[in-house]
Amino acid sequence: MTPVLPERQYDTMLLNVGPSHPSTHGVLRVLVELDGEVIVRAMPDLGYLHRGIEKLCENRTYHQCIPLMNRLDYLAGEVNNFGFCLAVEKLLGIEVPKRAQYIRVIIAELTRIASHIFWLGTHAHDLGAMTPLFYGFREREKIMDLCEMVSGGRMFPAYFRIGGVAADLPEGFVPEALAFVKDFPTKWKDYDTLLTENPIWKKRTVGVGVMTREECLDYGWSGPMARGSGVDWDLRRDNPYSSYEDFDFNIPLGTREGDVYSRYLVRMQEMLESAKIVRQALEKLPKGDIKVDDPRISLPPKEKVYTDIAALINHFKLIQEGVTPPKGEVYQAIEAPKGEMGFYIVSDGSGRPWRVKIRRPSFVVLNATDKLARGRLLADLIALIGTMDIVLADVDC
Amino acid sequence: MHRAIEFLQERFPEDVQEVVEFRGDTTIVVNPKAIRAILTALRDAPEMGYKYLSMIAAVDYHPAEPRFGVVYNLYSHRYRDRLTLKCLLPGAAPVIDSVVSVFSTADFHEREAYDLMGIVFKGHPNLKRILLPEDFVGFPLRKEFPQRGQ
Repeated sequence: MTPVLPERQYDTMLLNVGPSHPSTHGVLRVLVELDGEVIVRAMPDLGYLHRGIEKLCENRTYHQCIPLMNRLDYLAGEVNNFGFCLAVEKLLGIEVPKRAQYIRVIIAELTRIASHIFWLGTHAHDLGAMTPLFYGFREREKIMDLCEMVSGGRMFPAYFRIGGVAADLPEGFVPEALAFVKDFPTKWKDYDTLLTENPIWKKRTVGVGVMTREECLDYGWSGPMARGSGVDWDLRRDNPYSSYEDFDFNIPLGTREGDVYSRYLVRMQEMLESAKIVRQALEKLPKGDIKVDDPRISLPPKEKVYTDIAALINHFKLIQEGVTPPKGEVYQAIEAPKGEMGFYIVSDGSGRPWRVKIRRPSFVVLNATDKLARGRLLADLIALIGTMDIVLADVDC
Repeated sequence: MHRAIEFLQERFPEDVQEVVEFRGDTTIVVNPKAIRAILTALRDAPEMGYKYLSMIAAVDYHPAEPRFGVVYNLYSHRYRDRLTLKCLLPGAAPVIDSVVSVFSTADFHEREAYDLMGIVFKGHPNLKRILLPEDFVGFPLRKEFPQRGQ
């Protein structure tokens, strides 16, 4: 874990940034070799938050993995479950009912807005702008409240289930969510006014952390990180899942060279696009079931468990043994707020996954730290960590 | 049939060992000795265009032999499709060529696979533990590693 100290050729200095530093967004340590104020080398040191989620999954039923997945990228808790549930459903060869698909999209896109707001607030805060954080958290709080309405949880809703969602949307959710997304563009203007034309903000971000399109692909960048450099790719549009093809939305692309400012613009636009998707989903929300009608996958309704012996047995078996997908291996990726989030699941035909490999976008992006930071000033490193939008729980898994 | 199957069978007739289709995913099992050449060919051939390595996963198939699987997941932005390659490695000495020279992103993925599963990537510029402390003993994602500590 600890990087080996480089041989000192001339007067360079080693500086520890982190593991406990406000700008590292969690417990990330970057060992920086400095020549004066210029970075000669930056070596990220991870693992402080490693909980072994991939290993923990191997001893749990598929449903028991769901709360663990919340804790990957905890700023977008439910999106992780989106990917995991879709992967298990792919293993099982099922498709969830349309209503559940729409509900999932609504929650996922609201979460994307919340995640981007958090990124914006902390990123701006790191670079000296305090206000966006407070404005942003005003809206993020509303999204948290909406999550709480559907699931009782704010950060970790654990609301999605294999085969659907845990419960239908509560009464009053649709009008409140609609009011939020209708109002959001007005609120969004506050952030935009504070930063987009702000000369200090531009001084800190324009031309910093430039990645070309080819470099992005080489480093495995995805999501807004790649789109900031003009990679026209979004899994929601290009490999649609969960009815994303029903919605009309744009994929914002970086208009400039792929620098920190360009990625800022992309994420800002994405928030508006997400609000657009949520609005469409709420307005077109179909009626019907919220989970698949298959006793081997979905739990029976509670009143049946209390009155019907077959339903009770079914409930017991599903809790004890869990869903049992056939033997096989699948990979399912989704467009998480931070990029491509993928789940590679190996099933041996039992009720527990043989192997779960999680492709975490934050982990992949961090690989390019040295490339981005080399030759830049130390102060730019703070902007670079901010633009990467990493969550250390996602990096370390 | 996946478009890469024919391509690989033509270019690397000796090295394509098996093709598995499951739930719309295509996995091609290839000879580990040829992995670097195969990935380079898939990346550089314009009709393939697999310029993006999504992830590398290591799988322990214990007690099967060959025991370990190293899985490469590729994506083509031009054709919007995925391809999974798998190499099987013996349990005694799981060694495979590093592909960092083909995809820079492989750096962290390979270090993670080494750290947690003990796969050795020959030619990796900095093959050290990444998530666990350097003095950690054992490879926790292997099946013999207990779920709970002593």
